[in-house]
Amino acid sequence: MDDILKVQDLHVEIKTHHGIVKAVRGVSFNLAPKETLAIVGESGCGKSISVKATMRLLPSNGRISKGSVQLEGRELTSLSEREMLKIRGSDIAMIFQDPMTSLNPTMTVGKQIVEMLKAHRKDMSAADMKKRAVELLELVGISNPEMRYKQYPHELSGGMRQRVVIAIALACDPKVLIADEPTTALDVTIQAQILDLMKDLQNKIDTSIIIITHNLGVVANIAKRVCVMYGGQVVETGSVADIFYRPQHPYTKGLLAAVPKLHEKTDKLHTILGTPPDLMTPPQGCPFAARCSHTMKVCQQYQPPFTQFEEGHTSACWLHDSRCHLEEGNSHE
Amino acid sequence: MLKYIGKRLIYLVLTLLIIVTVTFFLMKQLPGTPFDTERFNNLSPEQQEQMLEKYGLNDPVPVQYVKYLGNLIRGDLGTSFLYTGRPVSDVIFSRLGPSLLIGIQAVLLGLLVGLTLGIIAAWKHNSGIDYFTMVIAVLGVSVPNFVVAALLQYFVGLKWGILPVAFWTSWACSVLPSIALSFSATAMFARFIRTEMLDVLEQDYITTARAKGLSQFKVLMVHAVRNSIIPVVTILGPVVVNLLTGSLAVESIYSVPGIGSLFVDCIKNNDYSTIMGITIFYSAFYIFVILVVDILYCVIDPRIRIQGTKEG
Repeated sequence: MDDILKVQDLHVEIKTHHGIVKAVRGVSFNLAPKETLAIVGESGCGKSISVKATMRLLPSNGRISKGSVQLEGRELTSLSEREMLKIRGSDIAMIFQDPMTSLNPTMTVGKQIVEMLKAHRKDMSAADMKKRAVELLELVGISNPEMRYKQYPHELSGGMRQRVVIAIALACDPKVLIADEPTTALDVTIQAQILDLMKDLQNKIDTSIIIITHNLGVVANIAKRVCVMYGGQVVETGSVADIFYRPQHPYTKGLLAAVPKLHEKTDKLHTILGTPPDLMTPPQGCPFAARCSHTMKVCQQYQPPFTQFEEGHTSACWLHDSRCHLEEGNSHE
Repeated sequence: MLKYIGKRLIYLVLTLLIIVTVTFFLMKQLPGTPFDTERFNNLSPEQQEQMLEKYGLNDPVPVQYVKYLGNLIRGDLGTSFLYTGRPVSDVIFSRLGPSLLIGIQAVLLGLLVGLTLGIIAAWKHNSGIDYFTMVIAVLGVSVPNFVVAALLQYFVGLKWGILPVAFWTSWACSVLPSIALSFSATAMFARFIRTEMLDVLEQDYITTARAKGLSQFKVLMVHAVRNSIIPVVTILGPVVVNLLTGSLAVESIYSVPGIGSLFVDCIKNNDYSTIMGITIFYSAFYIFVILVVDILYCVIDPRIRIQGTKEG
């Protein structure tokens, strides 16, 4: 089946007082219908900016400098703002990280859902919209939806607010749902509930989901495919099994090793030494070179090409390049 | 809510009582009597003495105070000494109209221009209009209103002859004083809403609103403005009172028969009862406006709950 969303060679630049940050440097990923793709990486690796760029929701100082975003074959980067308004919310909807701050505190929950319908379902009557909003609240598992409809966000708990945020996002049956760390701000039991809800809803309404997270537990729970990002680039892509059982990139391996395991007794948690690269002056070669324990000369000078392993499993690392095995003697492990 | 308003009204009375007491005793410290001014030059010292006796001004101050309070409770503010024999309430209300008209117009103009400028400035942050607004804001706060009044009078009134220079004969006369008065309010409103709005526009719920596919204008008007208006409401109280009770300087420059100039005349002439009357009126008005502002908070922001009302 054709991919519903296709992002190719996306570059995003953010202008700051200190200079231009090249936050995203050539990111590509595809999303098949009904698929759940997880984008994983540490803070500042550009995962959030990449998906915001696909919706053209960058902050005013950010811009897409290169690349293409195609929704069902339609190029989004060249659309006018007016046409983009029709797509946002209707075709691509977004769920945000912190439900405490992502709802307008001075507007009732119901009104915030209805607003979405008003923007995209011009043919619906006001009464229908209200009915639909109450249905949506019920769909996301909020009890007593009629009463909640009239309440303000501060009258709801964090988990309930996140359900409302999901209800808003689903109001117009989007083809793509982007969830930007939807569980990070919630406590653990609520996290599980929200993830279950998202899985459940995906089955019900046939939407594709992109979930951004730095929590590998979340990935294992919900995703089918994973994109690992580092330093503004995708370093490894594969199915959940590929990534968890056959990781190929040293960064992916490091990430997995950093997850504490219940059955192992260790005094120290595994960490990846060093800090992520400064994207104001991005490294010339592999972004992970400075922290990698397998660094070779070539890593610092040239961007590694993608090597394909199984179907759909690729990784950008010089270690897998046939030419580099000759050079292995030079590596300082 | 009603209970709360009732409680606040009781506070209002208590506050007024304190203000009346303090003002009364301070006022009695002013040198002279109502009858030793130029107007009463023709009175002989004996006649002056008789007048003081007649109005009870020879009694010890505490006795006068108790008598005054007694009258006040019955709603009697006494008679003016300056405008001989006229009841104080009459004198005040005859001068209130022009001040109120100018004041209300100034507040509305300030809100309209100030909020519009502030909102656009925040929206187009670091643009020409933003800098322009900030210049206006600095000027508005630092240039006294009598300078603005004089400039407007000279250019608009005299040189271009568009509007009356002064006096109080038609509505047109109220335009220049209103503009002059509104200048500082405009600056303050613009500044306050701009600052708050810049903060609000960074909030997550603004991104949520944008992600819904709402237009810039809708995001701004529906989501940003209501969440940015609280600081403006906070300064609205003092500003409204300031403008509505009249500005002495602006009223004098435009010869507006307002309450500001009345107050000064009364103080100069030791018109005790009118001084008290205006003070009580100002204070009551101020306290009332603050009450209205507090209620406005709750209307605007549902998170602000009034003490004593039911939760949620």
